[in-house]
Amino acid sequence: MESTTHDAHAPPHQEPGFWQKYIFSTDHKVIGLQYGITGLMFLFMGFCLMTMMRWQLAYPGHPIPIVGKLLFRVLGEDMVGKDAAGHVGVMMPGLYNSFGAMHGTIMVFLAIVPLAFGAFGNFVTPLQIGAPDMAFPRVNMVSYQFYFMGGIIMLASFFIPGGAAQSGWTSYSPLATVADMGTRPNGQTFWIIGMVFLISSSLLGAVNFITTIIQMRAEGLTWMRLPFFVWAQFVTGFLLLLAFPPLEAAAVLQLGDNLLHTSFFLPTGLVVSGQHLHVSGGGSPLLWQHLFWFLGHPEVYVLILPGMGIVTEIIACNTRKPIWGYRSMVYSVLTIGFLSFIVWAHHMYLTGMGTRIATFFQTTTMMISIPSVIILTSLFISLWGASMRFNTPMLFALGFLPMFGIGGLTGLPLGFNASDIHLHDTYYVIAHFHYVVAPGTIFALFAGIYYWYPKVTGRFMNEFWGRVHFALSFIFMNLVFMPMFIQGMAGLSRRMYDGGATYAAQDGVVGLSKQVIGLNIPISHAVWALGLAQLPFVINFFWSIRRGKKITSDNPWQATTLEWQTPTPPPHGNFEKPVEVFRGPYEYSVPGHATDFTPQNEPPTAAPAPHGNPLLS
Amino acid sequence: MEIPYSVKPRPDTGLYNAKVGIWLFLASEVMLFGALFCSYILLRVNAPDGMWPHHWLNIWLGMTNTIVLIFSSVTVVLSWASLKMGQFKRYKLYQGVTILCALTFLCIKSYEYHDKFIHYEVILTDGRIADGHIEKGQTTADTVALLGWWPKDEAALMDPPMGHPVEKIEIPRKQIKTMENYGPWHNTYTAIYFVLTGLHALHVLAGAIVIFAIWGPLAKVWEQDPERYINRVEVSGLFWHFVDLVWIFLFPVLYLL
Ligand code: HEM
Ligand SMILES: [Cu+2]
Repeated sequence: MESTTHDAHAPPHQEPGFWQKYIFSTDHKVIGLQYGITGLMFLFMGFCLMTMMRWQLAYPGHPIPIVGKLLFRVLGEDMVGKDAAGHVGVMMPGLYNSFGAMHGTIMVFLAIVPLAFGAFGNFVTPLQIGAPDMAFPRVNMVSYQFYFMGGIIMLASFFIPGGAAQSGWTSYSPLATVADMGTRPNGQTFWIIGMVFLISSSLLGAVNFITTIIQMRAEGLTWMRLPFFVWAQFVTGFLLLLAFPPLEAAAVLQLGDNLLHTSFFLPTGLVVSGQHLHVSGGGSPLLWQHLFWFLGHPEVYVLILPGMGIVTEIIACNTRKPIWGYRSMVYSVLTIGFLSFIVWAHHMYLTGMGTRIATFFQTTTMMISIPSVIILTSLFISLWGASMRFNTPMLFALGFLPMFGIGGLTGLPLGFNASDIHLHDTYYVIAHFHYVVAPGTIFALFAGIYYWYPKVTGRFMNEFWGRVHFALSFIFMNLVFMPMFIQGMAGLSRRMYDGGATYAAQDGVVGLSKQVIGLNIPISHAVWALGLAQLPFVINFFWSIRRGKKITSDNPWQATTLEWQTPTPPPHGNFEKPVEVFRGPYEYSVPGHATDFTPQNEPPTAAPAPHGNPLLS
Repeated sequence: MEIPYSVKPRPDTGLYNAKVGIWLFLASEVMLFGALFCSYILLRVNAPDGMWPHHWLNIWLGMTNTIVLIFSSVTVVLSWASLKMGQFKRYKLYQGVTILCALTFLCIKSYEYHDKFIHYEVILTDGRIADGHIEKGQTTADTVALLGWWPKDEAALMDPPMGHPVEKIEIPRKQIKTMENYGPWHNTYTAIYFVLTGLHALHVLAGAIVIFAIWGPLAKVWEQDPERYINRVEVSGLFWHFVDLVWIFLFPVLYLL
């Protein structure tokens, strides 16, 4: 239902104005960039929240340096208090809870998903399938606007009375309903409404992506010729499409509990601070957890699959070899998609489920690690015997592999309920999922930024500072998250406002050792160092727009996939003439071919090469 | 720039874009209502024995609404078929009936909602329970007037006997301990009832608006681009069928079981 009728009225080559071109654009590339810039800003914000929380964990009760006074002035004395000596800037428990809840929410729903799916998905997918745009350009614009609205609502909630939501990114009921009961609407109300916007945005995006991939593939681009990145986005689209609606339902129900005094998640006889709560009761707190994790687990694959897609593209291009086991990777990613809908209760082993149900979910959880291992192994084997180009995107992609490996393997003890009962809700879990998402997905996102930057701007990012950025990030990421495994195994709870001091061992009292609690300090320092390590990236990013080394061809990495066969930057409508595809996505180093890469749209030569590439047959 | 397959079907999939889009959207809608149905089951299974309400809704009204929606599904198909045969006038007629059906449904639904909002359960200070519809005219600052009955306990309220006696009840406000209408806050049954039917009613409303927009304000597209117009009717019709289908599940679950 798109624009033919409109175009008919407009003069053929009228340049759209600023607003039309950059703010209300329906061009997938502009929308991708909008997602990208907004997402990076939220990534930065989510990180800032954590830098302040890490101060409180390392030095509980001390005023936060530099920003403490400012926080006090903006958020008031309920949130920011004084230490014994009367210095303002101490993070109060409520603020710690808000920052924690919003760190998770912002990172997952406002930073990583919008970057991985919204930004890279939007910019790259239509180009890689040879399409002029998304199937529904206007719906695409609306998805971004919903995302933006959701973000604004979440941010606004910091400044309302009572502050932002305080019940974790998982918003478990009844805590989410009884926290801050006095104020309505409160931070939690904003959180729910914000989530409804974000969910609607993702749903529209998912419909659009899947339709685009099904309908708009170029002539000859059959399913098994799709770049792995497109497959990853395709499965991600289905995860979002089918997993998010239950959370939307849950959000509506929790909104009822918070505003209309319904009792969906409130059990009979609930007592809050010594007071019997006047609600009808009869609800089920477990219902929330089921609905949340039914989304929650597929969501973690939403976080990782696009990252795997990006890394695969970069590895193929920089090893100058076809990806080993492309087909098994495709089947694996599809299997992950299916299985991720039936593992959710591994987040709920401690809720007292029966052994049969626990057995079922342990089995499915172990099964889902198989396809993940297949993908990772295929990527590792793809490196075998390659003469690699170690440029910045490749370094980040190579960094991704072991980091994701650590994250995935440490998931296995969590998947068995015998070991999970010890590890649940400790820093071990934090370390596990951050290994997958932070040095995992975020490295993949950096890799993607360095890799596709020349297509967007026509210039490379600076190689030297890119490497510095990689090396420092790699070191500090590990310094941040590796010690958390130790803390977690020692039993440090993930939700301690004072970094575990409450449960410190004392004479005659068993508790957390000094060393375990003491690890908080080097971790926090590594966090701040990690922040500084991003400076080269930020400067490089802006500096290279104008000053970076100019590309000399539209295909500067000499890649095979279609996004490199466009002008730079690709114009509205992308391709100068309709593309036709003749071959698979990764035909690198085909024997007998003049160059070591054969673009997907290069027609077959009249006489077939004498020796076929055994890797391709 | 022209988006391929926005009107004509793509040869290898046999579908135009909007049709793929609507099917995907409906899949997500299935998950949305599916989650709410699961919530219903969980809440009901969790309820203590004998404490899940039965027969709180008027089956005849529900039945009427079911018939109205099924009928509208038929007219939606007929209107699309008429367009396919080029009979625009007939399409207008059938789809007009669809819109009327939607409005009828919403009117009946609002009546049922209103009925719940004026229905009160009053617990007296001496422990007795009075239950019935409030008589606005005779309710004053001192007394509450109900047209209802005196169930012997909460359990009796859960399944009111058919044709229980209805009398005029006047209760001095002083004797009232709590008084609450049958809104979503009343118990988990009314809560899930309002959410399920409310969300469904919003879908009916949205569907009716879209169908009306295509039928009225956007009707001129028929002359400019008939194929596109038929696609729109088809896509909105698919959505409409889904909305009907949800009701076919809602009716027995909420009214009969
Ligand atoms: C590959 C095998 C994996 C297994 C077996 C696994 C297993 C688990 C289990 C059992 C938990 C619950 C731990 C607990 O709360 O006690 C968990 C938590 C988590 N996992 Fe994984 N996981 C795997 C991969 C991933 C991936 C790929 C991601 C995402 C990118 C991820 C993200 C998370 C997150 C975010 C949590 C914590 C949620 C929370 O409680 O806040 N995991 N994992
Ligand atoms: Cu999980």
